[in-house]
Amino acid sequence: MSFKIFDIVGSGLSAQSVRLNTVASNLANADSVSGDPNTVYKARHPVFQAVQAAMNQSAGALDRASGATVRVSGIVQSTAPPTERYDPGNPLADEHGNVYAPNVNVIEEMTDMISASRAYQDNVEVMNTSKDLMLATLKLGQ
Amino acid sequence: MALNLDTYLGVHADALKLQSKRMDVLADNLANVDTPNYKARDLDFRTALAAAGSPDAAVPLKTTDSRHIALDPTTDASAALKYRVPLAPALDGNTVDAQQEQAAFADSTVRYQATLTFLTSRIKDLMTAITGS
Repeated sequence: MSFKIFDIVGSGLSAQSVRLNTVASNLANADSVSGDPNTVYKARHPVFQAVQAAMNQSAGALDRASGATVRVSGIVQSTAPPTERYDPGNPLADEHGNVYAPNVNVIEEMTDMISASRAYQDNVEVMNTSKDLMLATLKLGQ
Repeated sequence: MALNLDTYLGVHADALKLQSKRMDVLADNLANVDTPNYKARDLDFRTALAAAGSPDAAVPLKTTDSRHIALDPTTDASAALKYRVPLAPALDGNTVDAQQEQAAFADSTVRYQATLTFLTSRIKDLMTAITGS
């Protein structure tokens, strides 16, 4: 049994944890208002990309064909407009008495968090199972 | 009497290798569960095992240039690697169904363990024959 499965699972785990990080950052800043719509916090989302593992020539065709790990190719900021709110008592308000709230959709973030956590659990389960099988293979014939 | 260990272990050695490759492919799918445009794949075990069992059946490709990549017929089971027919593809082009992949992974795990059991019993038989007890 090859150790490649751990690379695959590890890449999945780190990608999902980046996603959880962005969710946490978005939720933490959901109420970080600003007086300027251009400087207000924007919701961040990771972009995932499948990476075909580089294999040497001696690897079999099947080895070359399988083995796509995942990586975070970038973090994009949401382009949705920030929410304008009339709040003249706020020290950050502009000359019209408006403040701008981030374009973070809390419900979307919560569902994203659940999805990321499920995917993370899937990967952990795959890793545990592969580890058990590998240990069983090591004990082969005893 | 000469004992060929490969023949003695039979199909199980190949099966073990292929099940672990299948698990690699399924782990790929689960790791890329949220990657846009990723297409889920699976290993057609029967085809792969047939390819592993009969290396002569594959037609060898002639390489006429040093830059050509030689096709190793003994390890060419890539024909068995197929895209899954999606039940409900996501709007971002991803065709991974996490539940389906989990079920396939569980299936592969059990089969791997079954193969391990077969191999263990074969080795135990051999040990019995060697020690004579």
